[in-house]
Amino acid sequence: MAEKIPVTVLTGYLGAGKTTLLNRILSEPHGKKFAVIVNEFGEIGIDNDLVVGADEEIFEMNNGCICCTVRGDLIRIIEGLMKRKGKFDAIIVETTGLADPAPVAQTFFVDADVAAAVRLDAVVTVADAKWLSQCLKDAPEAKNQIAFADVILLNKTDLVGSEELHEVKARIGAINPYAKLHETINCGVPLDAVLGRGAFNLDRILEIEPEFLEAEEYEHDHHDHDGHKHGLKHFHDEEVQSIALTIDGDVDSQKFLPWLNQYVQTEGPSILRAKGIVAFKNEPKRFAFQGVHMILEGDLQRDWKPGEPRRSRIVFIGRKLKEGDIRRGFLACAA
Amino acid sequence: MAENSLAANVKPIAAGAHVTAAAFLGDVPLFALGDGTALLLDAGNEKRIVLHPDAAILVAARADKRLITGGDDGRILAMNAGGSVEEIFHTDGAWIDALAGRDDGSIAWSSGREVGARDPQGAIKHFSAPSSVRGLAYTPKGYRLAVAHYNGATLWFPNAAAPPEVFAWKGAHLDVTVSPDGRFLVTSMQENALHGWRIADQQDMRMSGYPAKTRSFSWSGDGHWLATSGAEACIVWSFKDKDGPMKKAPRECGARRARVSRVAFHPKALVIAVGYEDGWILLCRLTDGAEILVRKPQSEAHDPVSTLVWADDGRRLLFGTVEGNAGVLAMP
Ligand SMILES: [Zn+2]
Repeated sequence: MAEKIPVTVLTGYLGAGKTTLLNRILSEPHGKKFAVIVNEFGEIGIDNDLVVGADEEIFEMNNGCICCTVRGDLIRIIEGLMKRKGKFDAIIVETTGLADPAPVAQTFFVDADVAAAVRLDAVVTVADAKWLSQCLKDAPEAKNQIAFADVILLNKTDLVGSEELHEVKARIGAINPYAKLHETINCGVPLDAVLGRGAFNLDRILEIEPEFLEAEEYEHDHHDHDGHKHGLKHFHDEEVQSIALTIDGDVDSQKFLPWLNQYVQTEGPSILRAKGIVAFKNEPKRFAFQGVHMILEGDLQRDWKPGEPRRSRIVFIGRKLKEGDIRRGFLACAA
Repeated sequence: MAENSLAANVKPIAAGAHVTAAAFLGDVPLFALGDGTALLLDAGNEKRIVLHPDAAILVAARADKRLITGGDDGRILAMNAGGSVEEIFHTDGAWIDALAGRDDGSIAWSSGREVGARDPQGAIKHFSAPSSVRGLAYTPKGYRLAVAHYNGATLWFPNAAAPPEVFAWKGAHLDVTVSPDGRFLVTSMQENALHGWRIADQQDMRMSGYPAKTRSFSWSGDGHWLATSGAEACIVWSFKDKDGPMKKAPRECGARRARVSRVAFHPKALVIAVGYEDGWILLCRLTDGAEILVRKPQSEAHDPVSTLVWADDGRRLLFGTVEGNAGVLAMP
């Protein structure tokens, strides 16, 4: 079967610079043709690309669960786009400033027809360096967008001082230290920083392993103008946190898989993202998984390399996560 | 597996783009394609007509002696067998998501939540559905339109003052069809099931157990059976009794290790043309399950059959696939 078409989801609070990033992606001389799914027409003026209007229609799945939602309009639009397959190379979905990224992401895993045709590449969130701290206080959507991101563009860094920049980075780090963070002015990043990330691809997760599960260290080597090293301000976000746990060795797959499935089934609404690489006892291959709310996908990947420490690491990013439960549950799976 | 074969009676056609739909306009076979063109077989010669330049035909249906096409350019066109084209409607910046046509020339369409209906005299009426519309179907009798949307379906009377009749059922409804006797309304759903209502009293009927979405259904000529896609066999529900398919197991035919993507009942016999995701096509007789091979692609590939249409006299069958392979079967 032909290669699945990659989809990049652009999120970001109002005015952060999503449209700037979108126009930058479309106007670079990459020779690619994009299908762009937007909510407001107008500010995008690229003749060569296909622009489609969306209406952010949220469908609940019939299990009665509040977190199990998909974007009905995306399912319909992607079905239509596939009729002109071969006429575009990639899809970009721009969400409104107030959108929750979860239904968008879940669409690519829940709908079998969509999943067969396209693959979610990454969720890219544009944040305004000047206003993000305020948004995080006032708007749960802004927090969700940071928590959900694989890539964060901290934009308009020219409008803040180094103290302020330091603080906003620490706030992002408190919510989601696993996203790749870029400080930008006018969303100026190389395209490969936002496209072709493979953030949801279990194969790619392993290729880019040095980044995966390693929190970005925001505080390192940050010097201000007078040469004194700042101490890191430790922010703790009351609502959204990430929890990373490691077992230095194998886990029992008979215990781990039922625990993980059960945990996301009961705590799904509070989990925004989950991922991990796990060593199963007597299994030469590594097990990798990733998930959104209750949706989980995992598979055995390549062999553990000779000399590579067999470690089991998991990360949850979510809302009021029960850290004690997760820790106890995971540690009990040690083999 | 089918031992009998009609493969030698198939004339293959390289359509070259996603085959959205096919139709016979009188004797003329015609395909509506994802590259915005229509492909006609005029006395055996292929003729291409650009209907939607730089756009895709997303939906197409026959209305009387014309092919109606709806594109992602927001236009609805009607073309006759001679290739002359009339624009029926256009909307800026929106797609045409669903279309329905009727033998009296009536045409209905939807774009987002907005539904339009044009009667044979050319009068257009509009209706706003409660959410985006995925499927449309005219009732066989009376000027009524069935509209599938989120959380149910609606029967709308474009030319009457009567309020639309709402058939509620939670979930996202996709395609819609009305039984030839006008007694039942059936939708396919996002969650791999069909939902039916007895129109007279809105009695619900749930038809589930599919491993995939049903995106194709077809009534038998006598109206007693509904053939459906979405499983590794054609699933056929009985609608002969007043309770429809309730408490009756459906029949199955054409079971293979490939999913059925398209079905079309022969207009006169209890024979179903069944198209699969691997591009195979079989004719299956409902009464005894006998199978005849129509098409078996040279190579094993994922190339779902996207359209199957019988001529009104049942002597020919048109087919097309998502990768742009098409053809005509002439019955012996
Ligand atoms: Zn849920």
